Amino acid sequence: MLTNIGYGALIITFLVSIYGIIAAVYGVRKNSPSWVESARNAMLLTFPLITITALSIIFLLVTDHYEVQYVSSVTSRSMPMYLKITALWGGQAGSLIFWSWLMSAFASAVTLRNWSRDKEFLPWVIVVSLVTLAFFLGLSIFFENPFVRFWQTPTGQIITRMIPPAGAVPFVPPDGQGLNPLLRHPGMIIHPPMLYLGFVSFVIPYAFAIAALVTGRTDDRWIRVTRRWTLVAWLFLSLGLVLGGRWAYDVLGWGGYWGWDPVEIAAFMPWLTGTAFLHSVMIQEKRGMLKHWNMVLIILTYDLVIFGTFLTRSGVLSSVHAFAQSAIGPAFFAFIGITFITSLALVLNRWNDLKAETHMTSVFSREALFLLNNLLFMGILVVCFWGVIFPLISELFTGQKVTVGPVFYERATGPLFAGLLFLMGIAPLAAWRHSTAKTLGRAMLRPFFASLVIVAAVIISGIRNPAAILGFWLSAFVASVTLYEFWRGVLVRHRNKGESFPAALWRLAGRNRRRYGGYIIHLGVVLMAIGIIGLELFQTETQGTIPQGGQMTLGDYVITFDSLSNFDTPDGRNVARAVVSVYKDGDLVGDLYPRRDFYYESQQPMTIPGVRSTMEDDFYVLLVDWQPISTAGATFKIYHNPLVNWLWLGGFIFTLGTLVAAWPDHERKTAQVRREKSAYATAKTG
Amino acid sequence: MKRTTWLTLIIAFFLSLAAANPGAAQEYPPDMPNDNAVNAIAKQLYCPVCENVPLDVCPTQACAQWRELIREKLSQGWSEEQIKTYFVEQYGDRVLATPPPRGINWLVYIIPPVAILAGAFILFKAFQSWKQSEPDRTIQGTTAEPPTDEPPDDYISRLEEELRQR
Repeated sequence: MLTNIGYGALIITFLVSIYGIIAAVYGVRKNSPSWVESARNAMLLTFPLITITALSIIFLLVTDHYEVQYVSSVTSRSMPMYLKITALWGGQAGSLIFWSWLMSAFASAVTLRNWSRDKEFLPWVIVVSLVTLAFFLGLSIFFENPFVRFWQTPTGQIITRMIPPAGAVPFVPPDGQGLNPLLRHPGMIIHPPMLYLGFVSFVIPYAFAIAALVTGRTDDRWIRVTRRWTLVAWLFLSLGLVLGGRWAYDVLGWGGYWGWDPVEIAAFMPWLTGTAFLHSVMIQEKRGMLKHWNMVLIILTYDLVIFGTFLTRSGVLSSVHAFAQSAIGPAFFAFIGITFITSLALVLNRWNDLKAETHMTSVFSREALFLLNNLLFMGILVVCFWGVIFPLISELFTGQKVTVGPVFYERATGPLFAGLLFLMGIAPLAAWRHSTAKTLGRAMLRPFFASLVIVAAVIISGIRNPAAILGFWLSAFVASVTLYEFWRGVLVRHRNKGESFPAALWRLAGRNRRRYGGYIIHLGVVLMAIGIIGLELFQTETQGTIPQGGQMTLGDYVITFDSLSNFDTPDGRNVARAVVSVYKDGDLVGDLYPRRDFYYESQQPMTIPGVRSTMEDDFYVLLVDWQPISTAGATFKIYHNPLVNWLWLGGFIFTLGTLVAAWPDHERKTAQVRREKSAYATAKTG
Repeated sequence: MKRTTWLTLIIAFFLSLAAANPGAAQEYPPDMPNDNAVNAIAKQLYCPVCENVPLDVCPTQACAQWRELIREKLSQGWSEEQIKTYFVEQYGDRVLATPPPRGINWLVYIIPPVAILAGAFILFKAFQSWKQSEPDRTIQGTTAEPPTDEPPDDYISRLEEELRQR
């Protein structure tokens, strides 16, 4: 019954989306506001409809309806309620519905805004949103239906169908297979929604970009309207990535946070183009340049979002055969191809309208440095994209599968990331339009000397690794520049207006939150860089088997193996839990409980580390193996991860900065400065 | 590798998953290579059946057996290179962390630098063309100050200007 309601609502949502697309296009052609209004209502209607579908699935999940194939594949009776709810995004069919649900919510929210100044965009924003939505709904209906049920045919065969063949009776398995143990973690409750929110909200700026191209209103209005959407999308995507890293660190048991796995890279790629876009739109806003490039960036971001959604869940990267066999593979491939080519064709069609209003005047100007930043981001993108698809290409041509592992990505992107950090240091000091090497050099002087102090401290502390010294210097340099920028602004206000320092800081940031929010983000990135340098360059590890009461040493740390217990839990796990005492420089600093959970349902082992975490370092103990009968000996793997907590702290500051930059405020008249100028230019040339 | 070999390998892998629970931590005689020596090599190899999991951290029993194999080979006096070659012969190039640089695999190393250099070249050319057309200032703004007149200590006015423009 409920499956039929959910499926019915899904089909109606799909039909309403198709209607909305047709109504919007027809409304534009006939110049009929009532048809456009009807399309807008269709857009708004998709949200309650798809909500019915999503809630039906959630209800089926929490009420143990194992006759539904999806429910049976991601839940089991022993799972707690919150995991049953989050199982909505625990498998592919549910994830796609979840995607559509969020997409519909965001697109509906956009259609509710005040359109009085942007009426011509509205129908096209609706068309783009609804085409995207209809594509995902279509996937759910035709390929990945979450409502398919088990049936037993008269011959005793168990089949899965939405509509049963004659004579078949429902088949209800006594229990489900349960959620993949890797996904049973608090990080998994919040990480996928964040990522998906980031993904779907990037559709909005893309929709406006396409609307601008179609209508020919190619000034920077579309960028101004979507500025906040882009920041929000970027915030969610960034949060999704950081939380994913945290989850990997806590759950995957390899002492790291990022393994350059294709699935991780799939989420990282739209972030790269999105970040490049955030920077380069500023050039368009301030200088009226790079209009083509910004279009290309947002189109790339959109298609990488679709590509990312596809990679994350489909598992096609395991082999070209998996791709050919999966029904949704070709569908995704076709959709990405069609949207990409159509969008680029629109850009070409408007090529002359998108000509720059001004020229680059100096290679040291901020816009020039932003262009370099874009080049580096694109370089990282190429490395990532190529690394992800190369195994497929290799398999296609040679039949031989290859692995493109972290070594490849680290070597290829390391220098590019270093270059980005350096630019992050100098770009805020460069003026728009015009800077010379001399003025820029003079501005850099003080922060540069401040950063040298840090480098000296690093060298005195005994660090000799050149990569680490360079990395710490870059971090110190960016931090000095950024703090110096705050300091100069505050000092000016303090002197000129007599404000106290805290008030001056508050008002300064309030004057241009995007600028100062951006600087806070830069500080967050610096902290993250410190954590990454610490872990990547100074991580040490050891592994060994010790008897109960035995000791293992790693650097300044010693652990003793105190005891081990082995027991079954009510939720279907066998847990082996060791107690180890940790000593640092001879002093007891605490006990850790590394464990190994074995899930009977899925026959899958999970290694949960015991971690002692400080700002200085993480001491990370894994229980690799143990003697089941005597519990006499156990194998431990220990990682020493210096500075890794700076990564998480950086993530927090980063989020804070994005919130500062994205917080809503009323649009001020002064924002129009460049627009008037461009109008003037158009009047003059036209 | 032949299809049947693969099949056996995969079946063995899943069987070993089922048997993964009762692990057997062993203590080795002092002359056997220790875990760190084994991991140093396992780290450079990838699990032949799981996707993108380095052999040193793969939690499955199959991988534990492969690690024991490394230990055995080490104790027989095999070098790191010999062991890696052995794994490649047995399970194909995919056990290596990066594609071996030969044949089509060169592309994986060549394309990214070529693309980045091409991008840099395009950017360089663009800068050059912009520089040539620099005198074209007629349509430049009514708002921005003429850049050449910028005094060295114009920070306040510049900041004000930038804050105003948002």
